[in-house]
Amino acid sequence: MQAYGALVYSAFGSVNGFAETMVKACPLLLAGLGVTVAFRARFWNIGAEGQIYAGGIMAAVVGIYITGLPAVVHLPLTVLAGAVGGALWGLVPGYLKARLKVNEVITTLMLNYVIILLAGYLIHGPMRDRASGITISPQLLQTAWLPTVIPRTRFHAGILLALALAVVVYWLLERTVLGFQIRTVGENERAARVAGVRVGRTIILTMIVSGALAGLAGAAEVAGLQHRLVDEFSPGYGFLAVAVALLGNLHPIGVVFASVLFAALLNGADAMQRAASVPVPVIFVIEGLVIVLVSARFFRQRSG
Amino acid sequence: MQRDAVVVSMEGITKSFGGTTANDDISFCLEAGEIHGLLGENGAGKTTLMNILYGLHRPDSGCILVNQVERNITSPHEAIALGIGMVHQHFMQVPTLTVLDNVILGLRNAREPLLDREGARQRLGELSATYQLDVDPEAYIWQLSVGDRQRVEILKALYRDVSILILDEPTSVLTPQEAEELFAMIRVCVNRGMSVIFITHKLEEAMSITDRVTVLRDGRVVATRVTSETTKAELARLMVGREVLFRLSNDAARSPAGPVALEVERLRAISDRGVLAVRDVSFQVHGGEIVGIAGVDGNGQTELVQALTGLRPVESGRVVVDGVDLTNAAPQRILRQGVGHIPEDFDDALVGAFTLVENLALDLHYTPPFSRWGVLNREVMRQSAQQVIARYDVRTPHERVKARTLSGGNKQKVVIARETSRAIKLLIAAHPTRGLDIGAEEYIRGLLLELRNAGIAILLVSTKLDEILSLCDRILVIEKGRLMGEMARSEADIEKIGLLMAGTGA
Ligand SMILES: Nc1ncnc2c1ncn2[C@@H]1O[C@H](COP(=O)(O)OP(=O)(O)O)[C@@H](O)[C@H]1O
Ligand SMILES: [Mg+2]
Repeated sequence: MQAYGALVYSAFGSVNGFAETMVKACPLLLAGLGVTVAFRARFWNIGAEGQIYAGGIMAAVVGIYITGLPAVVHLPLTVLAGAVGGALWGLVPGYLKARLKVNEVITTLMLNYVIILLAGYLIHGPMRDRASGITISPQLLQTAWLPTVIPRTRFHAGILLALALAVVVYWLLERTVLGFQIRTVGENERAARVAGVRVGRTIILTMIVSGALAGLAGAAEVAGLQHRLVDEFSPGYGFLAVAVALLGNLHPIGVVFASVLFAALLNGADAMQRAASVPVPVIFVIEGLVIVLVSARFFRQRSG
Repeated sequence: MQRDAVVVSMEGITKSFGGTTANDDISFCLEAGEIHGLLGENGAGKTTLMNILYGLHRPDSGCILVNQVERNITSPHEAIALGIGMVHQHFMQVPTLTVLDNVILGLRNAREPLLDREGARQRLGELSATYQLDVDPEAYIWQLSVGDRQRVEILKALYRDVSILILDEPTSVLTPQEAEELFAMIRVCVNRGMSVIFITHKLEEAMSITDRVTVLRDGRVVATRVTSETTKAELARLMVGREVLFRLSNDAARSPAGPVALEVERLRAISDRGVLAVRDVSFQVHGGEIVGIAGVDGNGQTELVQALTGLRPVESGRVVVDGVDLTNAAPQRILRQGVGHIPEDFDDALVGAFTLVENLALDLHYTPPFSRWGVLNREVMRQSAQQVIARYDVRTPHERVKARTLSGGNKQKVVIARETSRAIKLLIAAHPTRGLDIGAEEYIRGLLLELRNAGIAILLVSTKLDEILSLCDRILVIEKGRLMGEMARSEADIEKIGLLMAGTGA
């Protein structure tokens, strides 16, 4: 009990605790929204991790190497670059599935490794900061930083962007032609075809949107938190995002709550260990159980 | 083996599923050493009857005698113990295991708890040789063709020493050559003293392989005939039904046929299994006429309709709608050219999890007034749905219910409403009344006539001859992907069509 108290307190009990929870929720939420969009079309995108990296790399490149712009131009450009990077990395498996019927589970998974290794190469080679002793890129120009919203914490504007995008994704799915087509393809692809929905095109657009959202997660990490490209700047947010999306029942608002919950668990792990000497792995076991139970329920529903 | 000894006798079998009576007081008997055909259209109740014999279903009433002893068969396991084996339309195999492992799966052996794979392999080899069933025992199921998988299924039964073998529409998945091999195997079986029940809806097969035929229609036995004493024409008549109900007739308001709405020229299409399913089909449909395509299921109708609606590639030939060449056009393009499509399964046209509002807007949702600048106008969609629901008499509490909750007839009405409420010149209707109750059937037939009278061209694909005869102005018969003949309705009768359907031209 003491342990759980510590968990809750550390996550929400102080301004800083709350800020730290939201800092972790941010990439989970953005990538979780990306996964949600893809899964609603029954496109099993498990490449959010790679799309995060693609977004992070693009944001870093624009944030570091494009100089002489005022912040009002540079920052949006950096964030946009992240979205574009993720979108491109999502477009590849989308295109392969839509046009060549290549199974997306394989391609999205494989593309993760490609881009993670590419990021490693960049910071060990072309993008390495020679002034620093460790392998990291130079800092982004200050004009490309996402501003801090709550002073003396790491709560940055990317978090607000993520929350706003949850509403936008809800609107996209429920109120737009594209969203309608995404849902139609996901629920009954044959009926979609009979009714004249261009299924291949829908899948490609789905993955552009899905990848862009995950790419934004990468951009927010780089421009809001690290301010550099660092090795493994995403410790698997893209994989956790699958669990977040499923726990959120593939509903954008549900995904908001799921991402905060997972973030609290991630941060709480340390606090719990300090307060009640619960070993960190136990937290991971809890997390794993949540993932398994939620996925099991989800897939039973869908196949039943 | 002595003939005339009855090995299976089913008496007064009745079986209902919810509302439908699949078997209605059926009596059937199988004699030793015969090949007994069970003939009937789709849904006649053939599979249900045999599933009862195989212990998969319990009959509501009736009794079963095996070798003159009354038996209560409650599982396939018991059926097999009584010497009854069945090969289903859908195989029951584990794809990731080998042929050998699939055959011995679930069997006991002398060396337990170890598997006796050596002994099994030997036995399987002998069976393969005896029955000319060539399969590699070490091949994995997933590597095999459908024909091979069927052989495995038969071997499974033979391995279990059955004396009665039930084959459910075995040729439906086979190429003609494979079918010949199957027939040879069946003859070996009876020569060795087995009895075979052969389910089919193909007259030709019933005539060529069986000794006797029992014809089922609408869950009832219509007749049992000695094959050598009957004709294809008689079987066709028995199978389809003599008393055709001309409840609706299209004689009223026969508008003269209008301009050509659909022109199909030497069309070819390939089935999912890679065989040529539509062979050089050519025909025209004019505005204001209903052209029917009659035929036994599985003779290329599905592929033809899909090729016409852009859902399947056209290998060669042309499809012209209203003067515009739409060969291999995308479904959306064809739809926007004024073609309505009622697919053969209404679940292929509706999204079960969507509301009626969403389903009714599925075809035009991206155009005004349903949407503008990529944003849906829900209010317009809702109002339009309300109107359509009223006009087509869809029975539903309101327009926001999920499509999957509707009855079959109402689902089909929603599909027809969507496909005909936009401006169309041509309607392609595949089995529009399949699986519907009389009321819905009646309504939909009436609607087709109304549309025809309004000048729309209609292509009606159906296996129901009474439907074809009562609705169509012209009738085409399809058999093995070819059009076998064309006749005006005044020249058509069941016998003539039945013969064409069976592949023997009049
Ligand atoms: N398990 C089931 N549940 C509900 N209805 C069924 C079931 N099996 C068969 N039916 C219905 O019973 C009727 C006869 O079906 P079936 O025996 O499969 O016919 P056949 O094999 O002659 O094509 C059909 O109307 C079918 O829809
Ligand atoms: Mg059947």
